[in-house]
Amino acid sequence: MSDFSAIRVSGLGKQYVLGGAERIDESFREMLSGALMSPFRRLRRLQGGAAADQRFWALQDVNFEIMPGEVVGIVGRNGAGKSTLLKILSRITDPSDGRIEIRGRVSSLLEVGTGFHPELTGRENIFLNGAILGMKRREILDKFDEIVAFAEVEKFLDTPVKRYSSGMYVRLAFAVAAHLEPEILVVDEVLAVGDAAFQKKCLGKMQDVGNEGRTVLFVSHNMGAVKNLCNRAIMLSQGTVLMDGHVEEVIEYYMGGDSPNVREYVAESESSDPFVRRLNISQQQTVSGGFRIDKPICLSFSIETHDQQDLEVGLRITNMQGICVHHSCSAFMENAYEKDFSELGCTIPPYALAPGKYAVDYGLGKRNYQLYDRKENALVFEVEFAGTLSDKTSATYWKGICGPGMLRWE
Amino acid sequence: MVAQPSESIQEAYFGHEHLTVIEPARGWRALNFKELWAYRELFLVLVQRDIKVRYKQTVLGVVWAVLQPLLTMLIFTVIFGGLAKIPSDGYPYAIFVFAALLPWTFFANAVSASSISLVSSANMVSKVYFPRVIIPLASIGGGLVDLLVSTLVLFALMVWYGVGWSANLLAAPVLLLAVIFIALGVGTLLSALTVAYRDFRFVVPFLVQIWMYATPVVYPASLVPDKWQWVVFLNPMAGVIEAFRSAFLGRPFDLSSIGISLLTGVVLFVLAVAYFERVERRFADII
Repeated sequence: MSDFSAIRVSGLGKQYVLGGAERIDESFREMLSGALMSPFRRLRRLQGGAAADQRFWALQDVNFEIMPGEVVGIVGRNGAGKSTLLKILSRITDPSDGRIEIRGRVSSLLEVGTGFHPELTGRENIFLNGAILGMKRREILDKFDEIVAFAEVEKFLDTPVKRYSSGMYVRLAFAVAAHLEPEILVVDEVLAVGDAAFQKKCLGKMQDVGNEGRTVLFVSHNMGAVKNLCNRAIMLSQGTVLMDGHVEEVIEYYMGGDSPNVREYVAESESSDPFVRRLNISQQQTVSGGFRIDKPICLSFSIETHDQQDLEVGLRITNMQGICVHHSCSAFMENAYEKDFSELGCTIPPYALAPGKYAVDYGLGKRNYQLYDRKENALVFEVEFAGTLSDKTSATYWKGICGPGMLRWE
Repeated sequence: MVAQPSESIQEAYFGHEHLTVIEPARGWRALNFKELWAYRELFLVLVQRDIKVRYKQTVLGVVWAVLQPLLTMLIFTVIFGGLAKIPSDGYPYAIFVFAALLPWTFFANAVSASSISLVSSANMVSKVYFPRVIIPLASIGGGLVDLLVSTLVLFALMVWYGVGWSANLLAAPVLLLAVIFIALGVGTLLSALTVAYRDFRFVVPFLVQIWMYATPVVYPASLVPDKWQWVVFLNPMAGVIEAFRSAFLGRPFDLSSIGISLLTGVVLFVLAVAYFERVERRFADII
């Protein structure tokens, strides 16, 4: 496209050799000769002489281009090739095919605290980790106070990090990483550490990095974070680029925004533990398409209880941005622990959910004891704006994450 | 879409040299000295780390650096010097063997440390990019402190026995460089092999042991018939160890033996680095 791109990936491929299945010996003689030959067989395998069916492309023909200053999220399910892509971009592993051109000083952060030595003090580890991440001693010295302040470990600077709490450890590790100043930053899911407050601080710091005009490539399963930080997203699936575009569109697609509504979930197999046999969602008079926002929506469970007592059902409703809109459980029912659980239901009141698509996850367990059964995305349903006439006001869209019916107007 | 930056912004953003091209590696590559130099600080930090960590949470601390070679010397003096009556070129056996143990211990520790260095830094190798060869290089540095401390012990022995103290001592630093060089060669080779074939974790201790007996450490090279001397010195450590003895005991150097040993040392080093560079980029996948 142009010579100005910060990162240009063309025809990128990466092939791995799977750990081959061992042969099964059929006789004692074979077993014996097999044992004698096995070092040679293993040598061959270690050297990469594997059959074609044991080869597997983690990435294949990946192409994209990132302009300076863009903050791009890489999303995709586990095994889609995200980590492989980052590893190649970080030069940790070699591609098998294709070419990448990177213009600018790159830092990659596939992990925080790489190389931290437990016996060394916080101070020593800052220098060690900084050097591993490619910072010059001068740079680290300049930012030392900032790093310490960010990590909030002033008092423990001269304590070996093995005596740190895990929170302090992670904060220190991230603080060093956060003070890298490359032109291009490649970040893996490193934000999934620390407590919520610190995560927020890290997100803020990352946002600053983006705002300073630096190019950032960010991999995460946290769609909220991706949405906050990035303006563009690339979705990988089975090693290829499935979608590349505006972050909202890609996330919606990723979250299954195009997936059909699933009104009923039926368990595929029996279990000796209690399990949910059937779960369905319905609305009176609505036969197909989305549910009307102005009518209640009913969820009903059929549960095989195996006569267990003290059961509890949890429910999570997630929108297509990956935000959990509602989380509740059967303990909120009156006389919850005297009820027969084989038939159970709940109702989403009118106007409780904003128009949009939602997924339902459930969990079934024994109170304070054990989880028996759970399912993510058991159901997918859509709430539709029911039109101005039926919808009380002249509004054409309710923008909140929660529906307009949450408030009680008096 | 971001607008195309103008040429000047391009300059400001990137400078000029920061174009990185990532492509599949093919064939043999040379060691990238420029890059290695750029990562010198990482090297220093890693050496520092090893030195700092070495005697943490030990009671005796750096005293171990004195005790280890001293005890080994005592054992060898009793067994090889006392019981086996191995000749020592006319010097007291204790100082004769210590002058050789000094570089040998350093070498043996360096080889053992660097051969497992990559595997024990698997985490770093699979998460961060840097020239991999820095890891085995740096792992050798940790032994330098021990070497310095035991050199002091050797000096004390030289005073005690009243031997040595000649201009030959000036050659010691150069000889040390030669030992480091040979250790680098062997260490990088073994570290790379250990990544691919963990068998080497078991092989290396034996190798080091056998190597010691193949090297004139507990016996003088003069014990070997003249006709076969050159074979002994094909072992790069043999020439260097004998030269160390000459340096500390003040006897003349045997330049031809040093020459043969250094030559094989260089060949070994070149082969080792070439092999390392060839397999380096696969490390993260197989470590």
